[in-house]
Amino acid sequence: MAEKKLTKGNEALAEGAIRAGCRFFAGYPITPQNEIPEYMSWRLPQVGGAFVQSESEVSAINMVYGAAATGVRCMTSSSSPGMSLKQEGISYCAGADLPVFLGNVMRGGPGLGNIAGAQGDYWQATRGGGHGDYRTFVMAPNGVNEMANFPHKCFEVAFKYRIPSMVLADGIIGQMMEPVEFTNPEVDVTKLPVPDWAIGINNGRAKRIVKSYDLRDGFLEIMVNERVKRYNMIEQNEVQYEEKMLEDADIVIVAYGTAARISVAAMKLAREKGLKVGLFRPITLWPFPKARLVELSKRVKNFLVVEMSLGQMVEDVQLSLNGRSNVYLHAKPGAGVMTADEVYKTMESISKKGAKEYAAAK
Amino acid sequence: MQLLNKKPEALLDVPTHYCPGCGHGIVHRLVAEVIDELGIRNRTIGVAPVGCAVFSDTYFNCDMIQGPHGRGPAEATGIKRTIPGAIVFSYQGDGDLASIGMAEIVHAAIRSEHITVIFINNAIYGMTGGQMAPTTLIGQKATTCVDGRTVAQAGYPIKMSEMLSTIDGAVYIERTSVHSAPNVMKTKAAIKKAFQNQVDGKGFSLVEILSMCPTNWGTKASNPAEATKFVAEGMMPVFPLGVYKDADAADKK
Amino acid sequence: MPKMEVDDSRCKGCYLCIQVCPKKCIEKSDKFSKTGYYPAKDAKEGCCIACMSCVRICPDMAIKVYK
Repeated sequence: MAEKKLTKGNEALAEGAIRAGCRFFAGYPITPQNEIPEYMSWRLPQVGGAFVQSESEVSAINMVYGAAATGVRCMTSSSSPGMSLKQEGISYCAGADLPVFLGNVMRGGPGLGNIAGAQGDYWQATRGGGHGDYRTFVMAPNGVNEMANFPHKCFEVAFKYRIPSMVLADGIIGQMMEPVEFTNPEVDVTKLPVPDWAIGINNGRAKRIVKSYDLRDGFLEIMVNERVKRYNMIEQNEVQYEEKMLEDADIVIVAYGTAARISVAAMKLAREKGLKVGLFRPITLWPFPKARLVELSKRVKNFLVVEMSLGQMVEDVQLSLNGRSNVYLHAKPGAGVMTADEVYKTMESISKKGAKEYAAAK
Repeated sequence: MQLLNKKPEALLDVPTHYCPGCGHGIVHRLVAEVIDELGIRNRTIGVAPVGCAVFSDTYFNCDMIQGPHGRGPAEATGIKRTIPGAIVFSYQGDGDLASIGMAEIVHAAIRSEHITVIFINNAIYGMTGGQMAPTTLIGQKATTCVDGRTVAQAGYPIKMSEMLSTIDGAVYIERTSVHSAPNVMKTKAAIKKAFQNQVDGKGFSLVEILSMCPTNWGTKASNPAEATKFVAEGMMPVFPLGVYKDADAADKK
Repeated sequence: MPKMEVDDSRCKGCYLCIQVCPKKCIEKSDKFSKTGYYPAKDAKEGCCIACMSCVRICPDMAIKVYK
């Protein structure tokens, strides 16, 4: 029988990254993700990896940029304000086509905000965040078990397509404790091939440069277009989502992470009260599961987006559906969680046709 | 019977969130007493850090700004350059000043910004739960060096007063501590000089204050005062107290 | 005769005052306060010399000294 271990979300993410082959971590303390660098500080040396508590989040992403250039599996983590600091570095990683793994345990913002769980960094994660045209592969866990198992996929995608990858969690998932079962075999880093772009001890081979610029006229466009080909492949092959009770649903909740957990409770409450509600949970936030949403919209006329923010993913839902169905929003900004009751009330008013659509013309 | 001590105007008379035995409370009071004695409260602006003292923005009874981790000296620069008549102080911990804020403090000293910096050095990260600081001692345990800091892993603790004193723009740098009553009084005198320098239009002045963190040093909760031993026996040999730069004294030679 | 007085609503039981008092006048109270600490208290009448050491070290402005 597979072993299940009660684990804290942040520690599950760290251990999951190590089992996925991570051998370098740089990070800086910031609540609510401190357990990640703390865990890495003693666990990484155990597997022959290197840990650095960097002087800041900016320095950490640049350490990761350096480590990634050698072809090693590496990671940095932070929470909202610290992720903001990393944006330039992430843009460099994307521009140099380096695979890196990022962990963002979101807290309330903007600014110093608070230290409670929130979902206010969706745009930052999926819309680049950093400057220039690039994409980040983003997965959103809904609990500790997914925190433990998503790093495996993230590293796989990062290296296959040479793109930064991210687990986007929130402070609640980071701090909670749940049973964890690792479903992927541990990666044997000694068997990982050294990428043909990696810099290192060259033993006489032709020199390599890791960089993100090309000043020659027209050449940056070529670089970007090459990248876009890989992004298109990711959109074809790597979309993930979860569906609950969609077959007869009149209202479909679209939610990720902790908001999705609450939405499960809201869905059950609604079903008890006779409303036919289902849940569509995007797991990859980029690539966003737009094709599946469009398919669902052929039958479902009402989508309720539930977010612990002012509403960021709701725009992706709107863009995907492009007017095919009604889109409503239950938003809870400023960190803190909505209750199942509150979400149910919104669904009730949708079913009674009393609710206002998101961004309805005034 | 006469009451011998009065609470300073420049500090709100409210309970603070600081742990029992934490040095922040002592230094807050000293800064407030100095502000009162110099009569500058109505033109003083303080910059609060990220760290345990983030809430100093609530406690000091003057205009306050709270900004990103480590950027206090930059914020102070923005304020002082636009309102030269204000007395601007940046209050920072060892993570804020010596880790993420290293560039900002060095350049404020280089430019000899006419600001007063109060630097609380307790060799650990308090607010985030006890991680290693740039000033954590070799062998000292923290949550990101559970077996004790080693040179190989993290290098040596940084001596900010010594380093900043090599900068020509630094006018006054002194290191003091608050682990005993006589040292508390010396700290007050240093803080007073650092603020007086700004009143007199002299340049960048900083006081580094060795302080207690009973919670994250693992001091027994039944007697947080035990933490003063670590300041005296652990920290002071590595961070000697004293005046590291005094442009006034140099002029008088 | 000088004395020191501890404000039970502010004292956090850090006992820095006990450590610095040169005459050992201060002790821990055996009753806990509303805030859940065992505050310090002036335990020996006539002991205090109003040196102000306790006032200087107290992080919480919890001490008053009278003369």
